[in-house]
Amino acid sequence: MLAVPLSTPTGGRLMNRLNFVKLLSKSAIILVTGNFFSTVLKGSSDTAAKAYTHMKRYALGIQIDKCIGCANCVKACKIENNVPRQPFYFRTWVERYIIKKNDEVVVECKEGGAGKLSTELEEREILRSFFVPKLCNHCDNPPCAQVCPVGATFKTEEGIVLVDDDRCIGCSYCIQACPYGARYMHPEKKTADKCTLCYHRIKQGLLPACVEVCPTQARVFGDLESNASPLTRLKRMKKIHVLKPELNTKPKVFYTDLDGEVK
Amino acid sequence: MKKLPDQIIRISIIFTALILFTIVIRVFIIPEDLKEKGIFRTSAIKQELAKEIHYAGSEICVDCHEEQYDAKHNGYHKELSCEVCHGPSYEHSEEPDDATPEAPRKRKFCPVCHTYNLSRPTGFPQINPFAHNPLEPCINCHEPHDPRPLETPKECAGCHRSIATTLAVSPHVKLECITCHNTPEDHKINPRIVRPGKPTESKFCGKCHADGSSNREAPKIDISVHGENGEKYLCWQCHYPHLPEVD
Amino acid sequence: MNIASAHEGLTKLLEQVSGFIYPNEIEVHWSILIVVYPYLTGLVAGAFILASLVKVFNVTALKPTYRLALLTALAFLLIAPLPLLLHLGHPLRSWQIFFTPNFSSAMAMFGFVYAWYLMVVLLLEIWFDYRADLVNWGQTAKFPLNWFYRILSLFSKDVSPQAIAFDNKAVKFITLLGIPSAFILHGYVGFLFGSIKANPWWSSVLIPIVFLFSAIVSGIALVMLLYMVITPSRGKPIDMKCLDKVASFLLYAAIVDFSLEILDITHRLYESEESIKIITEMVVNKLFISLVVLQLLIGMVVPLGILIATKLANFNQELRKLLYFLAAILIQIGIFSTRWNVVLGGQMFSKSFRGLISYRMEMFGQEGFLMALTLLVVPFFILALLIKLLPPWGSTETLE
Repeated sequence: MLAVPLSTPTGGRLMNRLNFVKLLSKSAIILVTGNFFSTVLKGSSDTAAKAYTHMKRYALGIQIDKCIGCANCVKACKIENNVPRQPFYFRTWVERYIIKKNDEVVVECKEGGAGKLSTELEEREILRSFFVPKLCNHCDNPPCAQVCPVGATFKTEEGIVLVDDDRCIGCSYCIQACPYGARYMHPEKKTADKCTLCYHRIKQGLLPACVEVCPTQARVFGDLESNASPLTRLKRMKKIHVLKPELNTKPKVFYTDLDGEVK
Repeated sequence: MKKLPDQIIRISIIFTALILFTIVIRVFIIPEDLKEKGIFRTSAIKQELAKEIHYAGSEICVDCHEEQYDAKHNGYHKELSCEVCHGPSYEHSEEPDDATPEAPRKRKFCPVCHTYNLSRPTGFPQINPFAHNPLEPCINCHEPHDPRPLETPKECAGCHRSIATTLAVSPHVKLECITCHNTPEDHKINPRIVRPGKPTESKFCGKCHADGSSNREAPKIDISVHGENGEKYLCWQCHYPHLPEVD
Repeated sequence: MNIASAHEGLTKLLEQVSGFIYPNEIEVHWSILIVVYPYLTGLVAGAFILASLVKVFNVTALKPTYRLALLTALAFLLIAPLPLLLHLGHPLRSWQIFFTPNFSSAMAMFGFVYAWYLMVVLLLEIWFDYRADLVNWGQTAKFPLNWFYRILSLFSKDVSPQAIAFDNKAVKFITLLGIPSAFILHGYVGFLFGSIKANPWWSSVLIPIVFLFSAIVSGIALVMLLYMVITPSRGKPIDMKCLDKVASFLLYAAIVDFSLEILDITHRLYESEESIKIITEMVVNKLFISLVVLQLLIGMVVPLGILIATKLANFNQELRKLLYFLAAILIQIGIFSTRWNVVLGGQMFSKSFRGLISYRMEMFGQEGFLMALTLLVVPFFILALLIKLLPPWGSTETLE
């Protein structure tokens, strides 16, 4: 397996400089908090146990050239996850890009993509056009989890970024830190809310709701650690790109045919 | 040893008390799971797992609806899971009599996916709902579990709408698609597997555009020297065949 | 605020969006309260730096402002966490920041920085500085105030020359510790913003330093204002030597602050990164008044001009006082605008760099204008109370 995640604490497999700095800072923190021995001892036994079990690492692939912009995913996500129905809160949404011949880029996303699309565009002026579904990238290096003051946002063992509703103090720092606009403040719960990759479904062997209802299989769900998962196949067959790679968040939503205008 | 100044002792008492107070709260009062270290937070995971499921997933539907499944399985809608059209049906899958999934029959349902939109990928079947049998519910002609065109569309535009639109304003508008695309009959049944042919060499365009061609209307060039380097480029690398622009 | 009214408000905002924004970005999450927060901590840090000039650098001319500056810092520090607390979705869970923080979070360090600064620096310095007075007042004041002073003095009674000498030594030591602490307090607030890599308006190494120097400017200006208002109201003459000195330090700090701000702007324009287009659009369309007019012109260039003029020309006392007063007021407006521009500016453009978002300030409500105003005014009442209980001129005037 080539794809060893930098930030999962599998320990010692890929010891580059970055990891070393991380380790240094971690040990400094452990020293400060004063439970150096318990953490070190516990940590080493954890690593040993992990080596023998196959830990899944879930992620999503999106094939832009298959998306028809029907927004079934947007609607299904709202139903499955009790996302407020008002058109301001989205765990997933679909953007429509229109690149004109004069290089002007028009992007629209009315009601998360479920709204009426504008039709007044002159077709001859258009160079290319396509839809881009978006959601939380479940970054391997999630800036939201880094900045959360109370650790309410965290990454599970499967690499999925979740929010603990009972712990979140509602400071919005994670919303500011997310480069993708994937988080919102839940108007009733007063806590940060976001895509869970339908954690409650995938742990029971179901597909995430958005993947389930995608009529063209533009969304591909799978386990990155498994060679036989549809997602690994997609990553093998296609040229893959992620959103804003320059920010080093290491996103785990993989796009095929992603246009450079998409940000 | 020198005696500590009186002030230091008093201040130390206060600070010791404060630090002790903090330690007591941290150690004895704060619940254990809030102090849990690392990436895995048990209570939050449990809570997440307890969330209600609304979409059942299509696998379970086969158990009772085999007929529909078989129909769908071989048709154009084979990639669709049942709940794309029938909506969230987990409740129905648990207690079939208590909840009935929706079965959209109105005309406005199918156009959500099948209305022509220039941003949609080419090849995806799209119609203009205002021109395509107005007011007729789609299911009167198309069986939703195995939707087929009543007859294979004579016009390629049935699926390749955006190309047809481009072509409409192009000097090539009078050419039929099969003039350039050698299209096996099976393409209409398995569009993604059996693909139409495309010209492979400049000579093909030369049939009309080369000097001495019998076609009277087409602009003529000497295809052996045309272009920056006669042999380096194929015609369609500069001229988009559906809308050939000429400088 | 219920969902329906939130819905209505957001629908109105949607009309004001220009270009494309991510659909979740319509809400501005950090409102005017988060503008008030760095403004308040800035005043604390600045006032403390002014006080430390007396003790560490022995600028004796500034002595009349020393205790006033300390009490000002305390009054504002006590209120500083309130805007943060009030803007939380779950204020009752805020204790987690202190007791179970996430160590990788810059915001989680708030607990430590605040506790350190309040307990170890400010209160301790004030205690050592006032101890002899407290002992004295504990014996002379009437009941029940005498007990209040006795408790405050932690029942110490020793006013021997050795004890006083130790107090002075302690104050000096704490001030030494306090300067980096004040730097950390406000540099940290800058870091909260500067470390958000997702946001090009914030993400800059310069931000903590700009915050720091603007803090020093605003703090010094505030103590100067307070000194100019309080002294005449007590029927005492203003010490012009002291005031001139404060104005000089204000000028030096303002020059550094202005240079840093210009450096920041120049750097952004010259590097001209991907975000420059949308940031320029934002500055022109959304922040023109608050950034160009209020922050740079009225809040910085004009007071700089005034302060330089008072240095070069030979104005008489009354005119100098008037000009200092004017400059200090303008600087407060300018620094508040700085905070506004940083905090709200960072949320007025989409992270897709394709559109602008509007912020509509509420009047009432938990995050409204009135609440912000209250939070800005309350510290002055606390200061009045502190001055009443712990008169800053208690010992110095009797010494004179």
